Amino acid sequence: MIHWFVEPGFWSNPVVGTALVLGAVVAVVSAAVGVMVVVRGQSFAGHALTDVAMAGGAGASLVGASPLVGFLLAGIVGGGSIEAAGAERIRDRDVGTGVVLGAAAGLTALFLYFVSSSTSATGSTQSVLFGSVFTVSPSVVPLSLAVAAATLATLFIVRRPLLLSSLSPELAAARGVRPRAMGLLFVLVLAASVALSALVIGAILSTALLVGPAFAALRVARGLVGATLGAIVAGVAAVELGILLSYDSFYWSAAHRSVPVSACVVGVVLVEVAASAVWSRLRRGRGR
Amino acid sequence: MANAWLAGTLVAIVSGAVGLFVVVRNSTFAAHAIPNGAFAGAAGATLVGASPLLGLVVFSVASALGIAAFGRRRNDVVTALALVTMLAAGAAFLAASGAYEPAIDALLFGEVLGVSRGEVLALALLVVGAGVVLALVFRSLLYASVTEEVAAARGVAVRALDTVFLVLVAVTAGLAVPVVGALLTFALTVGPPAAARTLVARPGRALALATALSLACVWAAIASAYLSGWPIGFFVGAYAAAEYVSARAASSWRERRARP
Amino acid sequence: MGCEPLAGGRRELVHVHEVEVSLGGRTVLRDVDFRIAEGEFVGLIGTNGSGKTTLLRVVLGLQATTAGEVLVAGREGRRGGPIGYVPQRVAFDHDVPVRVADFVALGVDGTRLGLARRDRGVHERVEEVLASLELGALAGRRLGALSGGEQQRVLMAHALVSRPRLLLLDEPLANLDLPRVHETIAVLDRICRAEGVAVVLSAHEISPLVPVMDRVVYIAHGRVACGTTDEVVRPEVLSALYGHHVDVLNVHGRVVVVEGEPGDPGTHPEVVVR
Ligand SMILES: Nc1ncnc2c1ncn2[C@@H]1O[C@H](COP(=O)(O)OP(=O)(O)O)[C@@H](O)[C@H]1O
Ligand SMILES: [Mg+2]
Repeated sequence: MIHWFVEPGFWSNPVVGTALVLGAVVAVVSAAVGVMVVVRGQSFAGHALTDVAMAGGAGASLVGASPLVGFLLAGIVGGGSIEAAGAERIRDRDVGTGVVLGAAAGLTALFLYFVSSSTSATGSTQSVLFGSVFTVSPSVVPLSLAVAAATLATLFIVRRPLLLSSLSPELAAARGVRPRAMGLLFVLVLAASVALSALVIGAILSTALLVGPAFAALRVARGLVGATLGAIVAGVAAVELGILLSYDSFYWSAAHRSVPVSACVVGVVLVEVAASAVWSRLRRGRGR
Repeated sequence: MANAWLAGTLVAIVSGAVGLFVVVRNSTFAAHAIPNGAFAGAAGATLVGASPLLGLVVFSVASALGIAAFGRRRNDVVTALALVTMLAAGAAFLAASGAYEPAIDALLFGEVLGVSRGEVLALALLVVGAGVVLALVFRSLLYASVTEEVAAARGVAVRALDTVFLVLVAVTAGLAVPVVGALLTFALTVGPPAAARTLVARPGRALALATALSLACVWAAIASAYLSGWPIGFFVGAYAAAEYVSARAASSWRERRARP
Repeated sequence: MGCEPLAGGRRELVHVHEVEVSLGGRTVLRDVDFRIAEGEFVGLIGTNGSGKTTLLRVVLGLQATTAGEVLVAGREGRRGGPIGYVPQRVAFDHDVPVRVADFVALGVDGTRLGLARRDRGVHERVEEVLASLELGALAGRRLGALSGGEQQRVLMAHALVSRPRLLLLDEPLANLDLPRVHETIAVLDRICRAEGVAVVLSAHEISPLVPVMDRVVYIAHGRVACGTTDEVVRPEVLSALYGHHVDVLNVHGRVVVVEGEPGDPGTHPEVVVR
């Protein structure tokens, strides 16, 4: 009955099944972490860490290690360097992030060069850069779930001191919280979350799902709890709807070329952000 | 090789100069996002059969204008969204055109050793144009970068300047992407100028030092890439980071010595 | 100098002994000596750049000293003591998505790690503090959407919600109009008297504080004098502090501190006290 919308085979396809589950898990983690990213103004670090993680992925494929391990290790080292390079002054934070990002991009180029000259594997750049939920092997599912759970648990445990030191490092320090330790901890949580999402859904979607749903939800909700729940709903909706659209798009044109998942999900995220902008403008227009 | 050297030199000069303002204005993220938007543009141009260079310039200018228009508040978030939009568009273009991977590699990581004489000429024209624009807005851009509100109160058209500046970044990106690649254009725009600003405070000297460090970075990278056969992007990223780290180390050593 | 805690059997809360502080290779404060008793209202007075913020940060344990000793409630000055702090400037972003009540609650549990939900007692305490500062109506508003004066009031609630024994406020009057200045002082006075919280308030102008202060800590030229207003704001005390002659004039009921001899070239009159 809903076949006019969901093309045949969508629900019974095992690849789609894995994609839907992993996509949702990644969307939940990204949204929850993303709310703090937007509050702390660290979108750039959030994006840069995808490229840093990619360097790790390329390195891992060079030595034959598990890509998730490579992504995580690089993310953690890169996150630590970003925090160390820019922590002295907030103003310099972005420059530090940029330098780490440039170095990581250089390493990626080198690793990929070695990979492509040592093996005949093709498509490594593409899969590292764009990733695709449709190409994830079900074997990474358990480890991904574990990383996701650990990330969410850490974030939840530190949420109050983290929020206090994000709002005012000075106040937090006066109460005995160490803002720099909190900053480092958060960047590590961010690195883990970004490494996971970059591997599972690709670098583009990693940033889109980190920033977009959280930004939209923060505009609409009043408190942080509401914003986090809203971001999670928006993120999961974007991923599931995007996967559906991408799958369906195969049947749209006679040439049977699908629109990539990343483009579909980003499209949904942009619609969500635009809707939140309209909503908050209307609310302000009514004198709220 | 001669072409590569010329192209690299031109890119280094303009990246160093524009990059100084990128660093001073804290536009690092935009400077990263715009070359990536350019990447999408080149992919799109391949799709419709237009020249990739045209695609690069059109798309990078479009993303610069987008960031300038929507990014007055929450600049970091808007930049991130602009970036993923461009990248997703690039992915869609590539999927639709069925272009193959080496083309992506070339655009992301650069192919300076394969630059043609015509491309060098185009670069030279763009460098002159960017230089003229930068010379015209240098003073007021500096003013607006240091204290935006005061400058606005004194009658500097701060928003227009912001747009001009981002378009300048975009043109630089359009220039540099085919030469050093999207990812490394960025390294060149941030590393050497950040190192220069760490070392000297006066704007004129910082500009000169940024350009010099940027040239050193590119020349050394070209030579290393030529000798080792490794990708140039790696060397640009590594040397740029090394310059910044050394500058920070030098300035903190100087500060420590200044104390009694 | 008259730095003993007031009589009446009040116990000592803060003891700062021969403290010296250097910033960026320069000695900003030296030989700083004063005590504060429980429940006292103390004005920390000094011109811009005299070291008021630095001294408050020393008491908070945020600023390392190069010499001397700082005791708060009998213990070495360290972070996280029984102190509420209202910094001089906390500029919340316009779109910080945190409600006033949630921010004030962080004053109780903002340092706690853990999975537990916020318990009922915290919510009740937050309501109580907000009501006592007449902020009940703002409880559900976003922090970033408040005016500067409102934000400052909310910061006070944040500082008080954990029932500190000492409340430090850094120039809370600097950006307020005169009616607001008197209102804020009245609120602080009430908190000080009714709840026995010692209040230390820094300001560059002493006059509005004169009716409520138990004591003045006066900073100038890196040194500190301490005592009642009458004891401290006198030519011989301030001259010793400044290291050269200072006059205290009484003009139309306003007290004016003038540096240097009259007619002395290159001196700047420094208006401090009304
Ligand atoms: N981080 C710092 N490095 C060097 N000097 C500083 C620093 N912070 C403050 N100072 C100097 O210390 C002095 C006292 O500053 P501060 O305590 O902020 O004064 P106040 O709060 O009374 O205006 C000033 O002269 C100021 O220039
Ligand atoms: Mg101060």
